[in-house]
Amino acid sequence: MSVLTPTAGPQAVYRINPVAKFTTSFVLSAVLVLSIDWVSATVALGLEFVLFFWAGLSLRTFFRRTLPIWIAAPLGAFTILLYGRPSGESHFQFLLINVSDGSIELAIATFLRMLAIGLPAVVLFVTIDPTDLADGLAQVWKLPARFVLGGLAGLRLIGLFLDDWRSLELARRARGVADTGRLRRFASQAFALFVLSIRRGTKLATAMEARGFGGDTTRTWARESRLRWPDAVLIGLGLLVAATAAAISIATGHWNFIAAQ
Amino acid sequence: MSDLDLRIEPGERVLLLGASGAGKSTLVHALAGVLGGEDEGESTGELLVNGRPAERARGQVGLVLQDPDSQVILARVGDDVAFGCENLGVPRDEIWRRVAHALEAVGLDLPLSHPTSALSGGQKQRLALAGVLAMRPGLLLLDEPTANLDPDGVTEVRDAVARVLDSTGSTFIVIEHRVEVWKDLVNRVIVLAADGGVLADGHPDEVLVATGEALAAAGVWVPGFSPVLPQRSRQRGEPLLHTEQLSIARVADTVLRTGIELEIRAGQALAITGPNGSGKSTLGLTLAGLLPPVAGRVVADGLRQGIGPEPIRWKSRELLTRIGTVFQDPEHQFITGTVRDELAVGPRALKLSDAEIALRIDPLVERLRLGHLLGANPFTLSGGEKRRLSVATVLATRPPLLVLDEPTFGQDSRTWGELVALLAELLDEGSAIAAITHDAEIVEALADSEIRVAPWQTSPGSVEVVR
Repeated sequence: MSVLTPTAGPQAVYRINPVAKFTTSFVLSAVLVLSIDWVSATVALGLEFVLFFWAGLSLRTFFRRTLPIWIAAPLGAFTILLYGRPSGESHFQFLLINVSDGSIELAIATFLRMLAIGLPAVVLFVTIDPTDLADGLAQVWKLPARFVLGGLAGLRLIGLFLDDWRSLELARRARGVADTGRLRRFASQAFALFVLSIRRGTKLATAMEARGFGGDTTRTWARESRLRWPDAVLIGLGLLVAATAAAISIATGHWNFIAAQ
Repeated sequence: MSDLDLRIEPGERVLLLGASGAGKSTLVHALAGVLGGEDEGESTGELLVNGRPAERARGQVGLVLQDPDSQVILARVGDDVAFGCENLGVPRDEIWRRVAHALEAVGLDLPLSHPTSALSGGQKQRLALAGVLAMRPGLLLLDEPTANLDPDGVTEVRDAVARVLDSTGSTFIVIEHRVEVWKDLVNRVIVLAADGGVLADGHPDEVLVATGEALAAAGVWVPGFSPVLPQRSRQRGEPLLHTEQLSIARVADTVLRTGIELEIRAGQALAITGPNGSGKSTLGLTLAGLLPPVAGRVVADGLRQGIGPEPIRWKSRELLTRIGTVFQDPEHQFITGTVRDELAVGPRALKLSDAEIALRIDPLVERLRLGHLLGANPFTLSGGEKRRLSVATVLATRPPLLVLDEPTFGQDSRTWGELVALLAELLDEGSAIAAITHDAEIVEALADSEIRVAPWQTSPGSVEVVR
């Protein structure tokens, strides 16, 4: 489970600063949400697929991790197909449903766009190690260390909560109360987990304080996190993909600025 | 804790004793400066570390706590050890020198990127010790550092501390209710009185001779004052439950053991022993009808009373009068807001009348000293009280077979003695017990048979029948 064990691998993508991955993903989505046309999305997606080869995920991992997007994108597109703004020739009509030339084009554009934004985001995020992310957020983006490290340490408790939950479930069966009242039992079990988690959290906070966390001294960082040239290359590639997609779309006259509609 | 006057010189090694509730933990937390501010309690008087108020001496004092799981802070071994140094503002190259040195001192020979979630309890405690050492504290505080560990883990941690003290010469204070673990390592024993102040203070041998009996009565494990073991009238009753080629797993796809064949008879105690993580608890929960077997069967012909033979198919309510389970962590099995309600949960599920419920609960309350706690919330009890309550709740429905997961773990000697006496009585009355335990003494005192679950790495497959 990636929450508990460090995420690492030999590929270049694992050595890129998480902050750079965030930035790249942000640049791509920021440009691609500006217009809904199939040209910009197709260009972006095409260029991204070339880049995925270097991402270091096996084909299997790639499809397993991005599966939600492959499911969500057609569903989103289908909705647009049925209910999207109609224009041009109408092919099928039933109550509010109206499949027209316009809605078909919109649906294709939506499908491609969701892939073009979603796939790179997942690929970039699944290769982020939480510890490296915390280092990046605190050192590159200068977010407060107290907040960042507290969150990071808390993340580790999730595995313990899963074990607690299983034990709570078995214990209720052993106490003779697991035959009926499923909903009420769930609530009481959730409350018990809440109590246990506060207790674990308090203990963790004490342990952190005992190691000088939250004192007045200015903190140093054992692991340096800064943006190096591979990070700049990644952000540059993101910009390049976004710019190319927008430029080709504008040049071919397909770009339709969302705010203009 | 009140009216305490104490002076500890640099380099002294102190074992801090006292009955539970005497304020040992409070004192140690105060010394480490992690007791919290004025809004969290009251304090009078003065506590100086190296001439400075304790809360400003952070970094000069290192504290290792009891629970191994709650002390791991980061995901990688090296980062975790470095954490304290970072907080003290130590420069980067110096941090990694200290990390390497600290890991060597506690004998953790692992790569810096090793995941902390893959460590054993003993390793986690040594990791916590390394994290503290890297901060180079003048005073090392340990608050029951071995209470949650199996015997190998206890030795591991004790030896690591001994090595560290010999090389650093730090001042050392440890709280522990098992005197034997630290006796040879310390040169001073301080006994806190239950009503404030110091009861005894001096060389270990003298203090233990002078106050040993009083300490033992208060629940401290003092060598030479072990609880009296009960006499058993060992008898071999009817078979209650047996297994056929049983395979067990906690989560369906990781099988821990296969081909287990065992039998439990009325009036007999079966001890299930072996190191942490070997699958002992999983075996216990499977026998108790809480986890489904992966392969093979658990057959409880002697317990079925007119229903099917396999406990996992029984309803939750049907388990109550057949197999009772006491969990390792009592907090997992508490489901109400008061001790009184908690005791009544089982009998109520059996639809007994209030009069009958009282008839069952009252003797248990008396026997397990819970009378003054009936209105208290189970979660607020002390460790010993929680354990006594969790045993009482199970006995209230009178199951002929008890499955106990580490019933005596971390208990003081008084609770230990009471539990063992009670279990011996139940056995003599014809109940059967399956106890998962590290505790060699309880095996000695009660077990009629023992099966050992070896470390999974050295022998997957089945379990070994010792006797």
